[in-house]
Amino acid sequence: MNHEVFMAGFGGQGILLIGNLLAYAAIREGRNTSYFPAYGVEKRGGAATCTVVVADGEVGSPVIGNPGAAILLNPLSMEKYFGRVRSGGLCIVNSSLIEESGESRSDLRVLRLPLNELALEIGDARLLNMIAIGAYAELTGAVSLDALKAALADALPERNHRFIPLNVQAIDLGAAHARAALGAAA
Amino acid sequence: MQKRLLVKGNEAVAMGAIEAGCRFYFGYPITPQSDIPEYISREFPKVGGTFIQAESEIASINMLLGASACGKRAMTSSSSPGISLKQEGISYMAGSELPGLIVNIARSGPGLGGIDASQSDYFQAVKGGGHGGYHTIVLAPHSVQEMYDLTMLAFDLSDRYRVPAMLLGDSVLGQMKEALIPHPYVAPADLPAKDWAVSGKAGRAQRVVKSLYLGDGELEAHNWKLHRKYQEMRERETRCETAGLDDARLLVTAFGVTARIAKTAIRMAREEGLKVGLLRPITLFPFPDKAFADATARAKRVLCFELNTGQMVEDVRLSVSRDADVFFYGRPPGAGSLPTPEELLAQIRKHYKD
Repeated sequence: MNHEVFMAGFGGQGILLIGNLLAYAAIREGRNTSYFPAYGVEKRGGAATCTVVVADGEVGSPVIGNPGAAILLNPLSMEKYFGRVRSGGLCIVNSSLIEESGESRSDLRVLRLPLNELALEIGDARLLNMIAIGAYAELTGAVSLDALKAALADALPERNHRFIPLNVQAIDLGAAHARAALGAAA
Repeated sequence: MQKRLLVKGNEAVAMGAIEAGCRFYFGYPITPQSDIPEYISREFPKVGGTFIQAESEIASINMLLGASACGKRAMTSSSSPGISLKQEGISYMAGSELPGLIVNIARSGPGLGGIDASQSDYFQAVKGGGHGGYHTIVLAPHSVQEMYDLTMLAFDLSDRYRVPAMLLGDSVLGQMKEALIPHPYVAPADLPAKDWAVSGKAGRAQRVVKSLYLGDGELEAHNWKLHRKYQEMRERETRCETAGLDDARLLVTAFGVTARIAKTAIRMAREEGLKVGLLRPITLFPFPDKAFADATARAKRVLCFELNTGQMVEDVRLSVSRDADVFFYGRPPGAGSLPTPEELLAQIRKHYKD
């Protein structure tokens, strides 16, 4: 099965890191994958997006117009990309920054998570990206949570490996919230 | 199981070059290809290579000319505006029959343009970007694996024909990461010895590497010699990937990253029952014209898809069967987004006829 996910936020939210992490997890599972980043020339504050495809066969286009899933972390991304998610798909929305507005779609699974607050609960606002990717993996099964956690060693530079346990905790927290949301929907 | 790594396209070029025995790199930084010199500058000291960040693109192409004249496997890399600056040196290399690899991770133009992916350097790459009516070998990878594989092939073809080779990528291929199986380089057993290299004449006759021919009839003879090599490459070295040609009613053709977008669009079209095939040129020079002639003996409609306003389509039109219709879809960079498979699918539906 093919999984395509589009991720967007502003520079500094860790979009490119979780895109990388997902691709490394896919490689660990022996799958094919492409990770395609597109970002502004700014290091922080500019727009950061990436598309990750996980496939059993050949990865076709690394660019996807209507992805099956999206992770949207800031209001600008919501405005630009929410409408593009394929009907029947999944959208994980950072409700800490994105207000519930007139935009709603009944043809999607939309999971609104207060990622900033959840990240602060476990000690560091910067973990919001890991919570989002944990929820994504849990809901789609694109990669296993175990592969995602193992891939932290590939995606993070050596000097940051001491933070792996905290990131694992964030991934688990995201997955737990996804499961709870699924339970509530059922 | 073979080792599979997640690698960025630019790094795959650098890895392929080192594996193929390239030990001389000369370049000047420019986005979106600077990962290549970055990787090489880190890894060359471990293998005894020489890395020089030159004072300019023009200096670096002439350093490449010099290293190649000494018989060494050598390369440079840049992106579109930088490649323009190198054209004089490339012409001199072509005239001097020197091998060498020039990597263009293309961005958008003209002029300084922007850093978006673009295929607007097709004409410059395949028609001889400098003066004097020469060709370079032009290879167009469409995946990270091919960034690695075709870098190796480019060195081999360049050495075999003593013609400079260009690897033509773009900023998507340079920046994206995919699985790479870094297989070992095996030199072709029949690569000719570099018995022309100016390596110090002690104990042997003098050798001369030059592109200046002033003697009566010399330059004409030299140009005919170059022409024969280009003809020989056209006969022997064209490469392309095809799929679904058996029953295709419409043929989609694209190179590089647009071929990736095309593959997904073709899969979507097939799911709708449309018989659509793919012909992806891997060598842009020599152009796989016979493959187009053969494929269009059956499929009479061809849709050429490029990230520009129409360049390769001219070579497609020259190559297809006389009664085939050639359509074009493309757009220049700068829209802030790349064309999507869904967008190309709409074009496939538009031009498809059962």
